[in-house]
Amino acid sequence: MGIVTPGFRGRRSEEAAELPPGQYLTSDFPVLSAGPTPQVDLDTWTFTVTTEGYEQTTWTWEDLLALPQEHPTVDLHCVTRWSKLGTTWTGVSLDVLLEDVETAADFVLVHSYGGYTTNLPLEDLLDGQAWIVHELEGDPLPSAHGGPARLLVPHLYLWKSAKWVSGLDLLTEDEPGFWEQLGYHEYGDPWREQRYSGD
Amino acid sequence: MRLSWYPATLVERRAETPTVATLVLRVPGWPGHLPGQHVDVRLTAEDGYSTQRSYSLAAPDHGAVLEITVQALGDGEVSPFLVEGLVVGDPVELRGPVGGWFVWSPVSVAGLVDRVLLVAGGSGVVPLMAMVRARHEAGSTVPMRLVYSVRTPADVIYADELDRLAKEDDGLEVLLVHTREAPPGSGRPAGRLSADELATLAWPPADDVRAYVCGPTAFVDAAAAGLVRAGYHDAAIRTERFGGE
Ligand SMILES: Cc1cc2nc3c(=O)[nH]c(=O)nc-3n(C[C@H](O)[C@H](O)[C@H](O)COP(=O)(O)OP(=O)(O)OC[C@H]3O[C@@H](n4cnc5c(N)ncnc54)[C@H](O)[C@@H]3O)c2cc1C
Repeated sequence: MGIVTPGFRGRRSEEAAELPPGQYLTSDFPVLSAGPTPQVDLDTWTFTVTTEGYEQTTWTWEDLLALPQEHPTVDLHCVTRWSKLGTTWTGVSLDVLLEDVETAADFVLVHSYGGYTTNLPLEDLLDGQAWIVHELEGDPLPSAHGGPARLLVPHLYLWKSAKWVSGLDLLTEDEPGFWEQLGYHEYGDPWREQRYSGD
Repeated sequence: MRLSWYPATLVERRAETPTVATLVLRVPGWPGHLPGQHVDVRLTAEDGYSTQRSYSLAAPDHGAVLEITVQALGDGEVSPFLVEGLVVGDPVELRGPVGGWFVWSPVSVAGLVDRVLLVAGGSGVVPLMAMVRARHEAGSTVPMRLVYSVRTPADVIYADELDRLAKEDDGLEVLLVHTREAPPGSGRPAGRLSADELATLAWPPADDVRAYVCGPTAFVDAAAAGLVRAGYHDAAIRTERFGGE
């Protein structure tokens, strides 16, 4: 237990038990990003997977919408400490997008319009754990929340769910992304409270 | 390198406005920080319940003495307690410094960024004040312009110090924008900072200008979008969002 601050009682919520350590519940949807919101045009939008052998597969917006769509309902945990429960998204599972991609890579560096990157193990994108999503609660994804399309990896802190996603590099060696180079945790499991490097 | 929790003791409280206070904390062993970085504050109740929030550091690195400036949000769990409940001598825990992106210091960027535009909404002025103070302490003449949006004249955090530094420090400009109530004699009626107005208050976009925008999320989104519309490159704008709607 930490050092007790006299007089502090705090506000306990019923839901606190369901939340990862150090998180609190919000009904808003706050925004965390390092810069302004990039405007991405659907006519020129693409999503590209590049393997370790530089083989590329590219989907246009039409291609993405033509793939089987899923509607995951998931909890979100942001490293700035808010959690939001039960958000519903529409998008394409990474299992579908990576199905025909030949790779021996273990790691992924995710790229976004605007230059953002984040890294994670490839296995965290597979087996129904991750999606490229383009709708939130049935509406087109607002640009402030990563529209037209973002990665959604809800079992990791939200900075791993790159907004304005433009592609994935499949890598045989791990490469730190934007926040990971700035001292945030390389994996980011909210249940193990992996906020900062070394946690 | 793991960021560890440090025991901290409140040594002084300064009222800044009716709802904002600066807390001066002694933190033995503090490793130092850059202007713009923040700390995580952890409060623990007697029964073991604890909660954490982030607060920007208001002053440049002065060894084991840190300053944070907190705005009490009416129904908030933590901020009203910090502003009104914490007593000099009381302990809290701190972790940091956190954040390596929203930083500026007069040393690290010499020659790279020649002019610094700071855009603050409300308590978003806190990490920007650390930059203003760092510039002052270093005797730097890097042109720095603070565009600071506040509700009323009584809500200006660091009002006297900003006034004085703007007069004394070469190349520092402070432009206040009042959204609810303008001071008597002000040429500008109270109202929100629009994108067009921000474009006139900011320097025209140029390679040597970097902008730091901080405040409630909605303010930061609007201001950053305004700068982009005015021609600023995404890469020239760094943002810190405090939360809220
Ligand atoms: C990197 C970072 C730096 C920060 N630096 C500072 C700082 O220097 N000074 C400071 O006062 N705050 C700062 N904040 C905000 C701070 O962390 C808390 O969110 C804030 O004090 C509210 O906490 P609370 O427990 O009082 O309110 P909560 O109980 O968490 O929330 C109460 C209500 O207030 C709303 N709310 C939460 N945050 C805000 C906000 N910023 N503006 C408006 N409404 C809000 C919530 O949506 C909720 O409805 C910073 C936040 C971040 C992420």
